[in-house]
Amino acid sequence: MTVNALRGKDLLGIAELSPEEIALILDTAEAMKEVGTRPIKKVPALRGKTIVNLFFEPSTRTRTSFEIAEKRLSADTLSIAIGHSSVVKGETLADTALNLEAMAPDMIVLRHASSGACHLLSRICRSAIINAGDGTHEHPTQALLDAFTIRERKKRLSGLKVAIVGDLLHSRVLRSNIHLLTKMGANVWVCGPPTLIPVDIARFGVTATHSIDEAVRDADVVMLLRIQLERMEGAFVPSLREYFRVFGMTEARLRLARPDAIIMHPGPMNRGVEIASEVADGPYSVILEQVANGVAVRMAVLYLLAGGVENEEAA
Amino acid sequence: MKRLLRGGRVLDPVNGIDGVRDVLIEEGRISQVGRDLPVNGATVTDIPPGFVVCPGLIDMHVHLREPGQEHKETVATGVASAVAGGFVAVACMPNTTPVNDNANVTLQILAKAAEANLARVYPIGAVSKGSLGELLADIAELKQAGCVAITDDGRPVSTALLLRRALEYAGMFDMPLIEHCEDPSLTGDGVAHEGFHAAALGLRGIPSAAEALGVERGVLLSELTGSAFHVAHMSTRPSLRAVRKAKEAGTRVTCEVAPHHFTLTDEALTTPIPYDTNVKMNPPLREAADRDAMLAGIADGSVDVIATDHAPHHYDEKQVEFDRAPFGIVGLETAVPLALDRLVHAGHIGLSRLVELMSVNPARILRVPGGSLSVGAPADVTILAPDLQVQVRVDRLRSLSKNTPFGGWELRGGVAATLVAGRVVYVNPDASLALE
Amino acid sequence: MPVVMDADRIGRTLTRIAHEIVERNKGTEDLALVGVRTRGVPIARRLARTLQEITGHEVPTGTLDITLYRDDLMRHAVGPQPLVRSTEIPFSIDGRKILLVDDVLYTGRTTRAALDALIDFGRPKAIQLIVLVDRGHRELPIKADYVGRNLPTALEESVQVRLQETDGKDEVVLDGGGE
Repeated sequence: MTVNALRGKDLLGIAELSPEEIALILDTAEAMKEVGTRPIKKVPALRGKTIVNLFFEPSTRTRTSFEIAEKRLSADTLSIAIGHSSVVKGETLADTALNLEAMAPDMIVLRHASSGACHLLSRICRSAIINAGDGTHEHPTQALLDAFTIRERKKRLSGLKVAIVGDLLHSRVLRSNIHLLTKMGANVWVCGPPTLIPVDIARFGVTATHSIDEAVRDADVVMLLRIQLERMEGAFVPSLREYFRVFGMTEARLRLARPDAIIMHPGPMNRGVEIASEVADGPYSVILEQVANGVAVRMAVLYLLAGGVENEEAA
Repeated sequence: MKRLLRGGRVLDPVNGIDGVRDVLIEEGRISQVGRDLPVNGATVTDIPPGFVVCPGLIDMHVHLREPGQEHKETVATGVASAVAGGFVAVACMPNTTPVNDNANVTLQILAKAAEANLARVYPIGAVSKGSLGELLADIAELKQAGCVAITDDGRPVSTALLLRRALEYAGMFDMPLIEHCEDPSLTGDGVAHEGFHAAALGLRGIPSAAEALGVERGVLLSELTGSAFHVAHMSTRPSLRAVRKAKEAGTRVTCEVAPHHFTLTDEALTTPIPYDTNVKMNPPLREAADRDAMLAGIADGSVDVIATDHAPHHYDEKQVEFDRAPFGIVGLETAVPLALDRLVHAGHIGLSRLVELMSVNPARILRVPGGSLSVGAPADVTILAPDLQVQVRVDRLRSLSKNTPFGGWELRGGVAATLVAGRVVYVNPDASLALE
Repeated sequence: MPVVMDADRIGRTLTRIAHEIVERNKGTEDLALVGVRTRGVPIARRLARTLQEITGHEVPTGTLDITLYRDDLMRHAVGPQPLVRSTEIPFSIDGRKILLVDDVLYTGRTTRAALDALIDFGRPKAIQLIVLVDRGHRELPIKADYVGRNLPTALEESVQVRLQETDGKDEVVLDGGGE
């Protein structure tokens, strides 16, 4: 069964999407990708729509990707980067959003440091809310572009062995990817030190292991997640050097995966920590393709959430 | 003034009474409890069949927020909320602004309570000055001013050494020490129970062990000092295990459970409203197995008290991202319906045990009058309507703050009326009890 | 439902159009066919084949999805978006004569959208419109250069074009509607 619409008014996470909705987004993204190959990389689909990119956390990559996607659809876009000082000045997230709402944006793309910030906005605002990353909860468009990249290379998602390695506890990319890949029938393995694996991880439908060899063996896709420097402070890992020794993706470990395996990373990378440079720059890496696909996937999400006609009566 | 409550089912476990009796109140005290008492000029109220007359309920864990946080609640609004919830008395926590670590604040609270003239208020003083965990507060002064216990609630006593000293010192007055049991290093900046639901929502977790470690510490020191130690808002299986073991060994440990910990679980983080800040409290809502363990402890006597940990917060403070919201929910006006519906009607305990949990034991632990309808006791009486259909209406709460997750809940059982010193301080308009 | 064109008739009509194309453009030198999704595409491909048979020359053919150019997108507050399918125009349209191919010409709005899309791809020398059926009721000043069959219709009727490639058989059917 295919669907031609997303059920919700917002995109708060992959958890709320059905496999059919995910497929719809990916299929639509394919058509959107073609727009980026034209001499005039613009279609009038979202002409006259106002989209606000409200970023409470700094981000060049995701914000730029959304901006380009919005402009390619002819929307009017406005990016607001809120520094910590504004938050400290006392205006709550709710008030910031309500003030924005009063100017009637059609959609708000929100990135925020608190898990659940998009849910809060969704309850308060009439605008469609798109989650560009909330705390350690979800980053749905990242998982969608990851899936798009995998599907492009492997022609399918179902039945693939996908190994995700890194700071699983603090990663919103992980949660979104776990939801998406398990919904689409992939065999998901997660790997990291016990200190960085969330409690009850098996309940998410994945296999957890502390052995990177086991995780990567015969994998079709290996996805590396960022280890942040601050993790040493919470006593999560003794040192980044030790992390690289035990969990770093090296060429030797890569050889355990399938010969046609692909290497992915949401970026930005810590070379020499979660991934060796030779692997990041090597022939198996699709890291730059992920970035390119981000625009198409975000165009698809914006288009599908922007609303449209009730029926297909064309002329 | 004479008042005769006629024909109700009287539940007075201390005096071994459970049956239809008349209760005669004179000059604010219980004058007689018996069958077919003569009227003799008393104002008569016929108690409808099925209604229960019991010693007034006492909530030994309430945050009245005054002085200093009057935007959340005041003593006046707090006691109004209390009597609407069927409570004749509340013990209020010292984490006000300033902290209640001296006679001035204690007396101010008592003065406000006298002015409001509704429920009795028993202040609880701080263990340490400012509750900062460095120097002991002037505990004798607090006792003399009217405090009935000490605590640094909001947080645990800072070190084992200070806790030991406080237990020894307060033991001199036989004042119980009430402890918010928690190891702060394990809690860290956690905001929800460390489990599947918090992991799915990307919320930092607070493991059960954080609470249990605090309980174990307190139990050992209570044993060492011989002083009374009370575990506030218990919520986990390992905590209950430690309390049971301590009681078996004869240690002077008691404990309380809040209604949200025997009704809700951490699933409430996602349903019905994901990231609802009205389910954020400390200790957090735990797993179903913990909730069920609390029910078992309530039934088998391991749990001594049901106390609400009534923690009002202003709407603006809760209308924020989950990890920025303050911990706590109000509970005075939902405790009785939840207890009647989820404990009594659900078959876990009988009404008599409920009276023990909410009246007899709190009075005993705090060493305050109440908990019985003995002749000469103050006429603090709660009249319950165990079969009344109650719908929790947030807009009708008398508390200044409305931060509750129970809005809209349909429950069986409620409060019909509350009397303090023989005076009617609350009548439920929906309970069809003709009480003047 | 009455069949207004059967497989045979459709075949002969397309052949006739192909000859008209050659005649009017004096050959197929700088021509290209662009079929409007969905059913314009197989018609364009058939025309390309026929033109190759006639002239021996291969006319480049592309497919165009006009969904993102529709003037009725975003008109309603909520509702499912029409599905976007791919567009493939693997040749430069600059300086070429583009033969835009669609199955039914009705209000003219699809053609308007297709024109906007094509202009974004480049600057064609000319654009000519080919339709299998013209059912009247234009709402915009659009006219077809090549018409398979003129079919006057009432507003409540609908014209269904079925093709072998998409529907398993060739026929044009007039649906009375409103019953």
